[in-house]
Amino acid sequence: MPTPTKGPRLGGGPAHERIMLANLATALFARGRITTTEAKARRVRPLAERLITKAKRGDLHARRQVLSVISDKGVVHTLFTEIGPRFANRPGGYTRITKVGIRKGDAAPMAVIELVEALTVAQEATGEAEAATMRAAKEGVRSRRTRGEASVPAAATTEPAEPAEEPAEPAEEPAEAAEVVEAEPTEAEDDSKA
Amino acid sequence: MAVPKRKMSRSNTRARRSQWKAAPITLATCDQCREPKLPHTACPTCGTYKRRQVLSV
Repeated sequence: MPTPTKGPRLGGGPAHERIMLANLATALFARGRITTTEAKARRVRPLAERLITKAKRGDLHARRQVLSVISDKGVVHTLFTEIGPRFANRPGGYTRITKVGIRKGDAAPMAVIELVEALTVAQEATGEAEAATMRAAKEGVRSRRTRGEASVPAAATTEPAEPAEEPAEPAEEPAEAAEVVEAEPTEAEDDSKA
Repeated sequence: MAVPKRKMSRSNTRARRSQWKAAPITLATCDQCREPKLPHTACPTCGTYKRRQVLSV
C-alpha cells in the first residue's frame, strides 16, 4: 500500500482529485498509454496498479470494487479480460512512467505513463532464478548466524533473550542477503550490543 | 517606514544588474542519435528513452 500523499490535492479539492485520477486511470486502461503531467502520472500510478491487481483476482467482488472507481463498464471489461490476464505472472510494476520534457505554454514537466508489456518466457525464468538466489542467500546467512552465535562465548549470556530477537530477523534479512560479505560485521555488532 | 533617501544612480543600478546571469542547463547526450537532451528524459529529437521508442516523431 503506498503512503498517503502529502501536500495539496490535485485540482480544486479531494473530490476533484479523486474524479480526476479515476478519469486518468480509465483513459490509461482504455488506451494503454497516456501523456499527462508528471505529477498526475505519479499520483495515478498506485491507483492504476491497485486496480490491475484487483483485475488479476477477477472475482465479482473485485469487479465491483473496481467499478466503484471506474464507471465505464466497457473499460472494466477490458481490464478484467485483457489487462489482468496479461500481467498474471508479473508481481507488480505494471506501469512505466517516462519523462518527456516540458510543455510549451506553462513549462509543466510532462510524462508518458503506459502499461508495460507481458513478461516474456526468458524474463520470467530470470525472475524466478533471482528469487531462488535471494532465498539461497537468505538461508546461507541464517545457517552462518546460528553457527556464529554458538562459537562466540558471549552468546551464552544472550541466549535467554534470543526468542525475542527471532521475530525481528526477517525484517533485517533482505538487506543482509544483498550484501552477504558485509553481514559479518553487523552480526558482530548485534552480539556485542546484546 | 524606512524609504530610500536618494535616487539610485544609473551606474549602481547597472552594476547590480550585471550579476543577473542565466546558468547553463545540464544536458545529456542521447545514446541513440547523439543529440543533446535533458537528462532522465526521452529525447525530443528521436523520441527514444534508453533505446525504447517513447514518442512518435
